[in-house]
Amino acid sequence: MDIRAQLSMSFNLDKCIGCHTCSVSCKNIWTTRQGAEYMWWNNVETKPGAGFPLTWEDQERYRGGWEVSDGGNLRLKLIKGNKLRTLASIFFQPNLPTIDDYYEPFTYDYQNLFNAPAGDDQPVARPKSLITGDFMEKISLGPNWDDDFGGSPLYGSNDPNLKGLSESQKEMLTKFHKLFYFYVPRICNHCLNPACVAACPSGALYKRGEDGIVLIDQDTCRAWRFCVSACPYKKPYYNWATGKSEKCIFCYPRTETGQPNACAHSCVGRIRTVGALLYDAERIQEIAKLPDEKLVDGMRDIVLDPFDPKVVEAAKKAGIDGNWIAAAQNSPAYNLFKKWRLSMPNHPEFRTLPMNTYIPPLSPILHQVKADRGGLFDPEADDFFNDIDKMRIPVKFLANLLSAGNEKIVIESLKKQMAVRIYWRQKRVGDIGEKAVKSALSSSGLTPQDCEDIYRLNSLATYKERFVIPETHRESKSTVDPRTMYEKRGTVGFGTKKKELIGRQW
Amino acid sequence: MIDNILFGHMPYLFIVTAVVGTIYRYVANRYTWSSLSSQFLENKSLFYGSFPWHYGIIIILLGHIIGIITPGSILAWNSVPLRLYILEISGLSLGILAFIGLLVLVYRRLTDSRVKAVTSSWDVLLLIVLLIQVATGLANATMYRWGSNWYAASAVPWIWSILTLNPRVDYIATLPLITKVHIFNALIFIGLIPFTRLVHFLAFIGPIKYLFRPWQVVRWYNRDTQTENIVQYK
Ligand code: HEM
Ligand code: SF4
Ligand code: SF4
Repeated sequence: MDIRAQLSMSFNLDKCIGCHTCSVSCKNIWTTRQGAEYMWWNNVETKPGAGFPLTWEDQERYRGGWEVSDGGNLRLKLIKGNKLRTLASIFFQPNLPTIDDYYEPFTYDYQNLFNAPAGDDQPVARPKSLITGDFMEKISLGPNWDDDFGGSPLYGSNDPNLKGLSESQKEMLTKFHKLFYFYVPRICNHCLNPACVAACPSGALYKRGEDGIVLIDQDTCRAWRFCVSACPYKKPYYNWATGKSEKCIFCYPRTETGQPNACAHSCVGRIRTVGALLYDAERIQEIAKLPDEKLVDGMRDIVLDPFDPKVVEAAKKAGIDGNWIAAAQNSPAYNLFKKWRLSMPNHPEFRTLPMNTYIPPLSPILHQVKADRGGLFDPEADDFFNDIDKMRIPVKFLANLLSAGNEKIVIESLKKQMAVRIYWRQKRVGDIGEKAVKSALSSSGLTPQDCEDIYRLNSLATYKERFVIPETHRESKSTVDPRTMYEKRGTVGFGTKKKELIGRQW
Repeated sequence: MIDNILFGHMPYLFIVTAVVGTIYRYVANRYTWSSLSSQFLENKSLFYGSFPWHYGIIIILLGHIIGIITPGSILAWNSVPLRLYILEISGLSLGILAFIGLLVLVYRRLTDSRVKAVTSSWDVLLLIVLLIQVATGLANATMYRWGSNWYAASAVPWIWSILTLNPRVDYIATLPLITKVHIFNALIFIGLIPFTRLVHFLAFIGPIKYLFRPWQVVRWYNRDTQTENIVQYK
C-alpha cells in the first residue's frame, strides 16, 4: 500500500443554475492577462452542448486520455503509448486544438463612441481582436457561446454524449419547445493518472505528492503543447503570448491555507464541496485498465476508508499529517463519492482517474410518464420511484457523461436522491406514507440517518461543512527557506515575466 | 587581411558570445528557454513549413557535426563514387526540403496576422540568417561539386584550427565567395543562439530524457529536493 492524499471537489448538478459566477471569479483571479484571455480554467457548459473547446469530448478527433492496448497495456491515446511518436510530432501536432476551437478573444473599440466625428449615424463600438488588434468582421464564437443552446439546435445536437440514444430521446433533449438541459461546471480534475503529465516531454507537469494538485512548472515548460493534446478534458491551455501552457491550479495558494477554491467559494448555487481523500497509489494502473463498466466502482475502490485503523496507521507511516487524516474522515468528497455512492467522475472512460465528482441531476418524470399513459397521471397509483429511468434527461445520456455508459451507477444515485426526497416529504408533509418511505429506503440502500446527512450536506451545510480543507503548513517543512517567504511575496505567480534585456527572444 | 579578421578573429567573438550568453540565459532566465509555438494560432501552413524544415535541417546539421568530429570517415565513405553520389544526393534533397519548409515558414510569418502578433524582431533576423544559410548551402552543393569532400578536407581542418586556438585561415582562403558567405553566416548563426529562439534546439535533452522516464511525475515539497522528484506510480 502506498497511501497518498488528494483534494477532491464534488459538484451537485441538481443545483447548478448555470450562472457562471464560478468562471468569473476564477477569471478575475488567474486569467486576466495577455495570452490568457481565452482561458477558462473553470467553465460551465450547457448539456447537451458542444462544450468548450468545441466537442472536446470527442476523442476520435482529439485523441486525449488513455486506452488499453490489445496487449493489455495502458497507453496514451495520443501517441499510442509510443514515446518516439512524441519526438516525431514535436514539430507539429496533428491533434492540437487551435484558437478557433475556443474563440478569438476580443474587446470593443469603445473610444469610437467618444471620439467619432459628428455625423448622421450613431457611432458604434466595433469588435477588435485581442490577438492582432485588428477589427473583426463579426464575432462567431465566444465564451459560453452555446450557453442555454445559444439560440441554435446545432450545438446541442453535436454533443458527443448523445450517442446510443433513441431518436425520441434525442428530441427530448435538443428539439426546441421540447428540449431540456442542465449545466456541467468543469475545472481540471487533478487526475490520479493524468494524461497531461504523462505526455509532457520536458517533465514540466507534475502531480504534487502531498495534495494531488497537478501543476505546470512555467520555467520548465518548453511550449511543446503535448499536455493540451493529451488531456481529454482540454484543461491545460496554451498561452500564445508567453509560449507556456497553463492550467487550473486548484487555487493551491488558497487551499494550502485551508480556504476553498475561488470557484467553490463563490458558487451561488452552493453546489460545490471540497474535501480530502486517501487513496492507494499502488493500484492506479490496475484500476485505470479496468473495463469501462467497472471503472467507477474501481475508482471507489482505490479510495480508502479513512476510518479503517489499518489505513490510518499506514497513512501516518506514509507521513500524512494528522490534520489531513482528520479531514479525510470528515470529508464531503468521501461521503458523496464512496460512502453514499451519490457522485461519480466525469468521463471515467478516458482513464485518467479524474478526482472531481458529480452528482447527476434529477429531472421531471411527470411529463413523459403522462405522455406514455395517454395524458393521465395519477399520483396515487403511479410510482415515482421506479419511473426514474423515464426522466426527461435519459439515464443513458447521464451514463455517457458520468459513468462510462454504466447506467446502473447513475440509476443508483438518482434513486438515492429520490429516496431522500421521499423520506423528507413524508417527514415534513406526511402524505406519502411510511410504507413508501420504507420501500424507497430499502431499495436504494440508505438509512434514515443517511437521508438526514445527505439532506444536510446538500441543502443546509455551512461553509465549514462544505469545505473541509486541511492546511498544509508548508512553512514548517517546505523546501523553500521560510526566511525568504516574505521576500518572495508578490514576486511569483502567473504573468510575472522577467523583464527581457532586449525584447522577446524566444 | 580581411579574411584574417573574418575567419581568424571573428569566430572567437561569435563563439564566446554563444557560449557565455547561452550559459547565462540558461542559468538566469530559463523561462525563455524554448521556441514560442505559433501552431495554436495557425496550424495549416505550419505543417508544410515546420515538418520539412526541421527534418531537413536537423539531419543536415548532424551531418556537418559528424564531419567535424570525424572528417576521415566522410572521406573514406566518399572514396567509392557510388557512395559519394548517395551522400551528395541525399544531402542536396534534405537541403531542398529544408529550404522549401523555410520559405513556407517565412511566408507564414510575414503574412498571417495572428502569427505576426507573436513575431519579434529577433524572429525576423533569425529567419533572414537561416534563409541566407540554407540558400548559400544549396548554391555550394549545386555549383561546386562534391562539397562533402572538400568540406571534410578544408573547412573541417579550419574549424579544428579555430577550436585549438591556432587559426589557420589559409585552409579556406581560396574557397569561392559563396562558400565564404556560407561560413561567415554560420558564425552569425552561432552568435545568435543565446539571443533568439535558437536555444530551443538545446532543449532537446528534455524529450530524450522523456523516453526513459516513467509516465508520471510526482513532486513532494516536503521531501529533499535533491531526490529526483520523479516517482513512478506503481
Ligand atoms: C533539436 C530538435 C528541435 C526541436 C525539438 C524543435 C522544435 C521546434 C518547435 C516545437 C517549434 C515551434 C513550431 C510551432 O510554431 O509550433 C520550432 C520552431 C522553429 N525551429 Fe525548431 N526544433 C529543433 C531544432 C531546430 C534547429 C536545429 C533549427 C535551426 C537551425 C530550428 C529552427 C527553428 C525555427 C527558425 C523555428 C521558428 C519557425 C517559425 O518561424 O515559425 N529548430 N522548433
Ligand atoms: S483533467 Fe487536469 S490532471 Fe487530468 S489530464 Fe486534464 S489537465 Fe491533467
Ligand atoms: S457558480 Fe455554482 S451555480 Fe453558478 S454556474 Fe458555477 S457551479 Fe453553477
